[in-house]
Amino acid sequence: MTNLLEIKNLSVDFPSRRGQVAAVNMVSIAVAKGEVLGLVGESGAGKSTVGNSVINLLEPPGYISGGEIVFDGTRIDQLSNEEMRKIRGARIGTIFQDPQTSLNPLMTIGKQLSETLIETLKISGASAREKSIELLDSVGIPNPEPRLDAYPHQFSGGMRQRVVIALALAGDPDLIIADEPTTALDVSIQKQILDLIKSLCKQRNLGVIIVTHDIGVIAEIADRVAVMYNGQLVEQGKVKQVLQKPKHDYTKSLISAVPSGDQKLHRFTVVDYIDGSEEKVTLENVSDHWLSKNKSSETHGTAVSVKNLSIEFAIRQALFRKNRISLKAVDDVSIEIQTGESFGLVGESGSGKSTLARLIAGLYTPKSGDINIFGHNVLQKTEKTKTSLIRRKMQMIFQDPYSSLNSRMTVEDIISEPIRFHRSTENSSETTEVVKDLISFVGMPTTSLKKYPHEFSGGQRQRISIARALASRPEILICDEPTSALDVSVQANILNLLKDLQEELSLTMLFISHDLPVIRQMCDRVAVMQNGKICEIAETDKLFDHPEHDYSKHLLGLMPRMDLFRL
Amino acid sequence: MFYFILNRLAQALLVMAVVSAISFSLFNFVGDPVNNMVGQDATREQRIEIRQQLGLDDPILVQYQRFMINVAQGDFGLSYRIKQPVSQLILERLPATLELVFASAVIAVFIGIVLGVFTGIRRYSWVSKIIMSVSLIGVSLPTFIIGIGLIYLFAVYLRWLPSSGRAGVVELGGWKTSLLTVDGWRSIILPAITLSLFQLTMILRLVRAEMLEVMRSDYIKFARARGLANRAIHFGHALRNTLVPVITIIGLNIGGLIAYSVITETVFQWPGTGLMFIQAVDFVDVPIMAAYLIFVALLFVVINLIVDILYFVVDPRIRRGGS
Repeated sequence: MTNLLEIKNLSVDFPSRRGQVAAVNMVSIAVAKGEVLGLVGESGAGKSTVGNSVINLLEPPGYISGGEIVFDGTRIDQLSNEEMRKIRGARIGTIFQDPQTSLNPLMTIGKQLSETLIETLKISGASAREKSIELLDSVGIPNPEPRLDAYPHQFSGGMRQRVVIALALAGDPDLIIADEPTTALDVSIQKQILDLIKSLCKQRNLGVIIVTHDIGVIAEIADRVAVMYNGQLVEQGKVKQVLQKPKHDYTKSLISAVPSGDQKLHRFTVVDYIDGSEEKVTLENVSDHWLSKNKSSETHGTAVSVKNLSIEFAIRQALFRKNRISLKAVDDVSIEIQTGESFGLVGESGSGKSTLARLIAGLYTPKSGDINIFGHNVLQKTEKTKTSLIRRKMQMIFQDPYSSLNSRMTVEDIISEPIRFHRSTENSSETTEVVKDLISFVGMPTTSLKKYPHEFSGGQRQRISIARALASRPEILICDEPTSALDVSVQANILNLLKDLQEELSLTMLFISHDLPVIRQMCDRVAVMQNGKICEIAETDKLFDHPEHDYSKHLLGLMPRMDLFRL
Repeated sequence: MFYFILNRLAQALLVMAVVSAISFSLFNFVGDPVNNMVGQDATREQRIEIRQQLGLDDPILVQYQRFMINVAQGDFGLSYRIKQPVSQLILERLPATLELVFASAVIAVFIGIVLGVFTGIRRYSWVSKIIMSVSLIGVSLPTFIIGIGLIYLFAVYLRWLPSSGRAGVVELGGWKTSLLTVDGWRSIILPAITLSLFQLTMILRLVRAEMLEVMRSDYIKFARARGLANRAIHFGHALRNTLVPVITIIGLNIGGLIAYSVITETVFQWPGTGLMFIQAVDFVDVPIMAAYLIFVALLFVVINLIVDILYFVVDPRIRRGGS
């Protein structure tokens, strides 16, 4: 089999003030026609940089400092910009991660398709329109002709990614580079898009490089896999062989860190190969610590009870009521969470799970229904002081650790703010002590208190968010996708920390995720949400082994195939 | 769309109501109008008679009501000084100001966008660096200094262009224009450049900043990955996305041009509404001042309404539910 693309000893350097940073170091990979090569690694591994250097679109000031890229028998790493432009689109197509931002929002998709077709295939406008319809049809967009005049925002995320794929295929390329093509999409859509890429690859005999951080995606689609770590290629081979009998230690720990949906383990497996991830979580005896004071005596009973809760958002404003369109984001939902329980909320994006969490946290006001926390109706307007006391017992951890911390405050200020606001310590020296305890409690050195959030990685920031949440001495913790922005190795650490905290402090937890294996590991009971309604509430094991509702079955069927990982 | 425009119209009405209330209050707070109308030697009886004629003894709300009814009919009363209807005075002067504003807006928008795009794309070329340095002058120098400088250079030293006034005026169906004769063009060039310079540099810098922002976006990267030519990327994709915020600023700035025209018209003795306003201030000619205030507010409101509607044209995302 002759190789379509051969990368030999590729090195990419990024000059910085502290000298050269080698983003990619002596990487050699090859792709043949009709083959899907998976390039897997965690953030910062240099996998996207490899893809970008093939199409010569490295982010400045990065440059190729060594090696060769041979495409279809010719070296392309030394071509001029103009020559390279003729290869992009016509010979090598690219799919980027986020379909929301890959398309020009002000241009109809028909126009974007035909301009690409006219440029790459040198055809006329009329035949470009016909070809566009054909392309949209081939990527599975139903009734494509009228959709040509639609703008990107009129498509759903999955449909938009199909348009992006159609655009990548427009020039009839031989090679497709897909950089995290499904990361921004829901599981069910992810499967459809991966199936589409795979079938296009076989039909058109394309070479495909799929760059991803998700081992599940690799297992689903790739023929061969190359594992990258810290700019270097650590292992490559057939998918089955690499996933089942990984040779390199990094691959081994990466695979073991993927949460399993098959069985419940006590703790998540931590990727111990990665430098600096072995932060020891020191849990002191917390029962007589500041954190455990002021606890309500109840350890049994209902912590949160939600009855017939509904909220609507206006999608279209209008003068007359009949012209207004509103979306029922949460529609007649009732749940009960017991004290000390981990309650999971699972569903796809748009199912209303985050909205429900925000309603419970008091960030939105519901249209109708009741919310009782520790038996107190928090929607009653008469007892405001009591309500705010109760609300303090509930804290939230958000998905994005980058935007949920104030970048102009030091970590110490961030964590001590709730303490000072609620005046929950005797004096400022006690506050300092408590803040120190909290930061070491979440597994970070006390030296980090004087730093600012941008000095930390995503995982460390999420630890800071957790410490901030603990500073209000919560009894209920609402975690909204706390690890979906993080790498698997970091995810394992954070989830273990949350589990430990919950046990030590006997917290009640509402855990929201779209990731079923994570839910299985974290939660005692799970509610499945779809279109603002609850489909099924069950014990975690019961739901995973014997789902009752059709939608639960459907969701479970979409979990990554774990059989490939095990013999 | 309909709901949106109705909403904006309601807001516009509110703005106009507030502005007209402020202009009305001018009559009562900026000196005694009777003093300004009659000579020093007028008797007490004469003064009382004039007060009664003008209705100045009525309760304030009655006066306000009368003022609003008149304004709604386009009647701003008589100028204290010239003793002619204010609306007629403004209409006579309006073509001069509008032509000046139009000429400077064209200069500012056209040159501003072209240079902004250029400096945005060729960020590191030395031409861009020179343009950016020179543009600092436009931002930092006050209009009257630029005007006087231009007069000195082109009218006094080089003697290429007239230093002031509006020449070559031709009557065209009731509209007195100076854009049809060579003399007219020669006399409008200097004031138009003076008036546009600040807006030009603002637009230039804004377009450049937006352009740099847009060029970093994913869809530009994706457009490159599709093999599109630079021209298509820069003008087909980047420029249009740049324009959304730029339109807002241009809209506000055209209002600003009218406001700044007061200074430019004074420097160049341009016979427009701005010059009339300055002269009215000198003589405490309150009806003209009040009418000018309402007139400028009306222009701002109309321009902003047009800008809001332009969003619909440029950005399909705002037209949600439209199709």
